Amino acid sequence: MTKLLLPPESADKLTSTSRRSFLRYTGAGVALTGLVLAGCDDDSEDDNRLDVGSGDTGVLNYAYALEQLEAAFYARVKTGQYYAGANAAEKQILDDLALHELAHANFFKAALGGSAIKALEPEFGAINFDSRDEVLRAAQTFEDLGVAAYNGAGRYIESAANLVIAGKIVSVEARHAALIRDLRNYNSFVDSDVVDLFTPTSATSAPGAGEGTGKEKSKKPSEVLEAANQYLKEGSKLSAKSFN
Amino acid sequence: MDLFKIITEIEKVDPEIYDRLDSRRRVFKHFGLAGKAVTAAVLPGLVSGIFQRAYGQTSNLSPDIVAVLNLALSLEYLEYYFYDSGLKATGLIPPADQPAFVKIRNDESGHIKVLREALGSQAIADPTRAAFDYSGAKGPGNGPFAAALVNDYALFLGSSQAFVDTGVRAYKGGAPTLMPNKDLLEAALNIHSVEARHSSHVRTVRRGLAAGQSGQGATTIAGDLNNLSGKTGRPKSWISGTDGGGPSPSTTPSTAPTYNAGNPATGAPTAIFFPAESNTTHAGVDITTNTAGITPAAASEAFDEPLDAATVKSIARNFVVASSALFT
Repeated sequence: MTKLLLPPESADKLTSTSRRSFLRYTGAGVALTGLVLAGCDDDSEDDNRLDVGSGDTGVLNYAYALEQLEAAFYARVKTGQYYAGANAAEKQILDDLALHELAHANFFKAALGGSAIKALEPEFGAINFDSRDEVLRAAQTFEDLGVAAYNGAGRYIESAANLVIAGKIVSVEARHAALIRDLRNYNSFVDSDVVDLFTPTSATSAPGAGEGTGKEKSKKPSEVLEAANQYLKEGSKLSAKSFN
Repeated sequence: MDLFKIITEIEKVDPEIYDRLDSRRRVFKHFGLAGKAVTAAVLPGLVSGIFQRAYGQTSNLSPDIVAVLNLALSLEYLEYYFYDSGLKATGLIPPADQPAFVKIRNDESGHIKVLREALGSQAIADPTRAAFDYSGAKGPGNGPFAAALVNDYALFLGSSQAFVDTGVRAYKGGAPTLMPNKDLLEAALNIHSVEARHSSHVRTVRRGLAAGQSGQGATTIAGDLNNLSGKTGRPKSWISGTDGGGPSPSTTPSTAPTYNAGNPATGAPTAIFFPAESNTTHAGVDITTNTAGITPAAASEAFDEPLDAATVKSIARNFVVASSALFT
């Protein structure tokens, strides 16, 4: 289907003045005109990408893909010089993370059975695995991305049991993310890049009075995959056309 | 009906109408209409829905959803007043750790705001600090955790961990009920992961304190699988097995139920049930055999578990004064 109107997202790019007049015709007006376009996606960029599929199988494959990436990352970390020289606490953390992510990936592979996507080929060429700073920075990226991905994918899950499965895993990813962040910068376990921090109106204001929400900043699959695809080889790059 | 004319009329009395209107694609997702054509039959409902959302009326929440959100709100108050009291107790929280507990307290305050806005007029009243007895004595203040808000920082951290781990399990258990409302579900998930981040940090601080390290130094202390529980335990930032019953397994009340099974504890692979945190089988897949070389401890750490509302209430009820209806 050809696009006859501005895609709804274009409203974000407009100035606030024009946004008002635009909203006048989209906020309510799109209800009349835009609906027929809502199922129509611009997928020309994704033609060479491996799509995770639709329905709960698609969501679980999306999770499987991200877990594969994380598992491959920590497996690679354990072959580098940073890991070899890390202190006992950091070795324990990296050992645990490698096992947890491998357990997650293997779990999805088993649960998906014949519906599982293929084994993905990662591309970590840009990461120096001998550098503590680079490894931990990349680990933080993967863990934070994983949390935002699961949170953003929850709305696409159809079965309650699958939602609980995702919930069992995402809180562990959040535990990982918080510790990696604390390793890099103590007390950054929550921070404004990943959480919409709350600021009380005053030192004596009642609970709930202030700016912000204290919520994680969940991400849509398209945004997550844009980031994840940077670490995947051609042929392993992903799309999630059913989830937008 | 001229919709634009109606909006123009509203604009005369409410200049913010355009900001309130639920613009762009989101409007379709809220109504489950993505990809469907608008027909004459759905139009009246769509239009009324647009205005209902714009002006925050939430009377369409089901009783089940209201119950889940109010339980979450009650837990947020429990946590908020605990951390707030800790921050107000002079000399309790070391200066290096105060920024973290300010963040945690403020996050809970934000969650309270989110939940109150979602519930609207159906939100419970603020129970206030007076509703809670954090000593675990249900009123007289002389329970086993009394010193947690006075001068015993290790006890304060232990209670923090137990509260936040209960919260993580409660959100996980409540999430399926929110599935009919995708925005509320996503909001709850976005709170759930922040609670898990809190738990991770509190556990890191506990390891540090047990080894005489504070601030960044806490991250240099490894977890000890042989010494996970008790006031000076060194738990990992994730839950290993049942964590030996948590920070205070032998007191009354005990922290053990926070890590134990809820009800029902077992079920079919596709059912929702509430096993202990030591569970290593998910959707019928045994993690200990599905991944070569993984220990039962690591297999359990890789997955957290949900908890049912009744069990969550029975845990939280221990920290509420007997005259309060909270968690009943």
